Amino acid sequence: MNARLLPYVLILPVTLFLCLFFLYPFVLVAAQAFGGSDGLSLDNFRDVVSYWKFPISLKNTMLLAALVVPVQLALALLMATMVNRMKKGRDLVLYIWTIPLGISDLAAGIIWLAIFEQSGFLNSMMTGLGLAEGPVNFLSYQNPGLVFLAIALAEIWRATAIMLVILVAGIGLIPKEYYEAAEVFGASPWQRFLRVTLPMLRPSLQTALILRVVLAFEVFAVVAALGGTLLPVLMGEIYAYQFDLQNGGAAAAMALIVLGISIVFTLIILRVLRVPKGATI
Amino acid sequence: MKSLNALASAVAAAAFVASSAPLSADVLFWSTQARPVEEAQAMREQVLSGFEGGVDYQPNEDGPWLTRLNAELEAGSGSIDVLGALHGNFSAMNPDALTDLGGLGVSSSSETFNGLAKLGTDTLQYVPWMQASYIMAASKEALQYLPEGADINALSYDQLIAWAKAVHEETGDAKFGFPAGPKGLKHRFFQGYLYPSYTNGVVRTFASDEAVVAWEKFRELWQHTNPASTNFSFMQEQLLNGDAWIVFDHTSRLAQAFNERPDDFVAFPAPAGPTGRGFMPVLAGLAIPSTAPDPEAAKALVAYMLKPETQIATLRATNFFPVVDAELPDDLPPSVKASGAAVAKMSAAPDANPGLLPAGLGDKGGDFNRVFVDSFERIILGGQDIRRVLDDQKGRLAAIMEETGAPCWAPDAPSDGACPVE
Amino acid sequence: MTDTAVLLPDQGQTRKTGRWLYAASVTLLCAWVIVPLYFLLINTLSSPETVNSFPKSFVPEFDLGSLTFFAGFQGMLTALKNSIVVAFLTMVMSILIGAPAGYALSRFEFRGKEAFRLLILLTRAFPLPLLALPLAVMFIRTGLDDTAFGLALVHTTLAIPFAVLITFSLFSGIPVELEEAAWTLGCTRLTAFTKVVLPLILPGITASAIFAFVISWNEVFAAAVLTIENRTLTAFLLQTLGEAPLHLKFAGGFILVVPALIFIFAVRKYLFAMWGIANR
Repeated sequence: MNARLLPYVLILPVTLFLCLFFLYPFVLVAAQAFGGSDGLSLDNFRDVVSYWKFPISLKNTMLLAALVVPVQLALALLMATMVNRMKKGRDLVLYIWTIPLGISDLAAGIIWLAIFEQSGFLNSMMTGLGLAEGPVNFLSYQNPGLVFLAIALAEIWRATAIMLVILVAGIGLIPKEYYEAAEVFGASPWQRFLRVTLPMLRPSLQTALILRVVLAFEVFAVVAALGGTLLPVLMGEIYAYQFDLQNGGAAAAMALIVLGISIVFTLIILRVLRVPKGATI
Repeated sequence: MKSLNALASAVAAAAFVASSAPLSADVLFWSTQARPVEEAQAMREQVLSGFEGGVDYQPNEDGPWLTRLNAELEAGSGSIDVLGALHGNFSAMNPDALTDLGGLGVSSSSETFNGLAKLGTDTLQYVPWMQASYIMAASKEALQYLPEGADINALSYDQLIAWAKAVHEETGDAKFGFPAGPKGLKHRFFQGYLYPSYTNGVVRTFASDEAVVAWEKFRELWQHTNPASTNFSFMQEQLLNGDAWIVFDHTSRLAQAFNERPDDFVAFPAPAGPTGRGFMPVLAGLAIPSTAPDPEAAKALVAYMLKPETQIATLRATNFFPVVDAELPDDLPPSVKASGAAVAKMSAAPDANPGLLPAGLGDKGGDFNRVFVDSFERIILGGQDIRRVLDDQKGRLAAIMEETGAPCWAPDAPSDGACPVE
Repeated sequence: MTDTAVLLPDQGQTRKTGRWLYAASVTLLCAWVIVPLYFLLINTLSSPETVNSFPKSFVPEFDLGSLTFFAGFQGMLTALKNSIVVAFLTMVMSILIGAPAGYALSRFEFRGKEAFRLLILLTRAFPLPLLALPLAVMFIRTGLDDTAFGLALVHTTLAIPFAVLITFSLFSGIPVELEEAAWTLGCTRLTAFTKVVLPLILPGITASAIFAFVISWNEVFAAAVLTIENRTLTAFLLQTLGEAPLHLKFAGGFILVVPALIFIFAVRKYLFAMWGIANR
């Protein structure tokens, strides 16, 4: 087969598929965002941006991503290297660590609400151990910081496994000789991690980060379960426009804004973690 | 490539098997009501099993419900036969999308409801299906703190505040519970209870001085409200676990508490303010979309749902009351007895000031609710100045009323043309 | 990293501490994952009264009431079957369609590559509930509506970014020289791929399969809109979960979690299958 044509042949199925099931409906929906009373207009964008909750939900979404994603990255790296070194029980430990992958965000919200609510498990534990006299109200509007923290914890619990699986699959591909060579030159484990694991893992790191960041901007179900109305996030506002207000144009405009933010961050990650064509020995 | 081909044909085969599943001829009942699993199951087993021909009852959240319906209307064909939803869901729809039901010969015994169900046309667009209301409920532990001289069945807002305050001071915990969560029905409290009780209006009086007083009172009550209320959407949960002792909510969202521990809780009417005891009904209806595959069976199902026996069965299953004249049996579940009595006392109270559901807002119903929810979030949670917030929100409200041209509804005084915000 | 950082050579004491720290952190991280799930189990196996009580007990009382309620639900088994069919179709389609693209991205420089990568990512950055309306209209018109295959097409759209990007990152981790060596040894591009590269990225294929399965399994919105007779278990249970009484909320959540866990358990060993080869 012609080597110049081959890549196009390989990406053709995905492209056709996405054109039909994503691009086509996407263009229809996106067109709504620019629809106004008379032809093309930016009214929808102006409306959603000027709504008083917009800056708040933007800030919350960003802060949450800024806190959750780095922690997850560090945790996933730590877990992946630990699994890598493990001799006994690797299968079992890896299985346990990937469990949250199978739990939908709705179910995760239910689980963590059962922990943090006033008569929940955390309060039961604290009163049981005598740390608190009575149940403490963690999820109240008076402590937005605590609410934020609870949501971040739940998100870290739920979605670290996404990165872990990608990184574990990637770490498995790093040839052992690299580590052996590094050891011969007297590199400490920390140095081996910095000099061998991290650079060799770059493609997987890039993928894991991009997927996780994009998903972090769409956080919603867990926030709604734990934060109620206290912590508006962008995705919640999109749903409110689409279904409560039945304003498809505004919802589409808002979704395009989120899309824009995602693209910017994706490009940044692509730039920073540039992957060379195929690794060389 | 051979293995790839084999896989591809396996996929095609699986797809074929999956898509050739036999289609049943059941009437598809697409509903936003009776969603909680237990209620849905009761609808299927106790209410719809008596219908000849079989019904596929599928409750959905508003999002999927609406998306599916709109897709069928846009595609011009579909599988939904009967729609079940709140008045607000239907009023947001184009009446052309619904089959006229005026000739069906069934309707509610309440002319007010039938009027609402015409959606501004001159014939029924949906048939009133069932009704409910919002009431108060309390844990019996709270009764000892009731202020002296207060009658629980004729409370005023001041007494309610004093009561919540007494509980707060005596137990150290704020135990008033308010459904301010993401799925909570808080906007109805402002529209149908607080505003009518203090301003004798909703739209006209939105930014009046009386409205400022109403919000001040609510802010006072909020001092004694469980701060986790912003997570509460179904107050039965907090009644049961003790996080709240005195609560306001929809009758069907309190039902579980009464059914599980009937002796621990009491239901009572909403409190009264200077302009009476404001309260508001909840109305659900049945409609047939213009794309229904089997309109005749759909009509038969609607007629079946309005039979007095079916209405009683629906009451047991969902805690929504009949809209036709039906004799209530004695062996109703505790929740129905408790809430039924509270609603009856509320409507029979000498100072009753019943309001209507917002009408004529079309697809702006959500925007209308948002005005009240935003005011709540800014005034109560954000601590902003009441006067300033109301003057600010007033503009949005006026824009909605002008755009839709909706005339005033009770308790606002009638208007010529769009209801003015004064 | 603390455990490895303190591990200095030739110092038995520190080494011991390091090993201890290592074991402790593995245990701690396992507990971190399992304890919340254990709470879910406790609540699932509790009577409604216990679920609402305070303080909570930390030992399940093995009340099967909530689970029995679901067992009596009509249509559960059909819905379960539908869910599995849809998830399986999604898995197969997303890998068949996605993996070649991942290979192309890692091995070739071609015009439009960046645009293609962005297109892939866009699919995850735009909320599906907004796309559901035009998709449903299209499906109703073409007869794909209310079929497992139709729903699987939508779920595949959601899973493709994972399939393409994960296979891409793993192909990128495999030296080109390995393939080139195979070519010089008489392999064609295709046989070099199937004999040399494919075994190496089996873990990656497994990872994308897990994602595809789980995405399809847990997806609510499209499932609720696009299936009527052929409901999936998620659409059947999860969409109304948020409003169920507490004890049923937990039991329903539990029922949904279990099959996904079984699936991950079944394929987990493939994540390591080629460990030996990769580490040569």
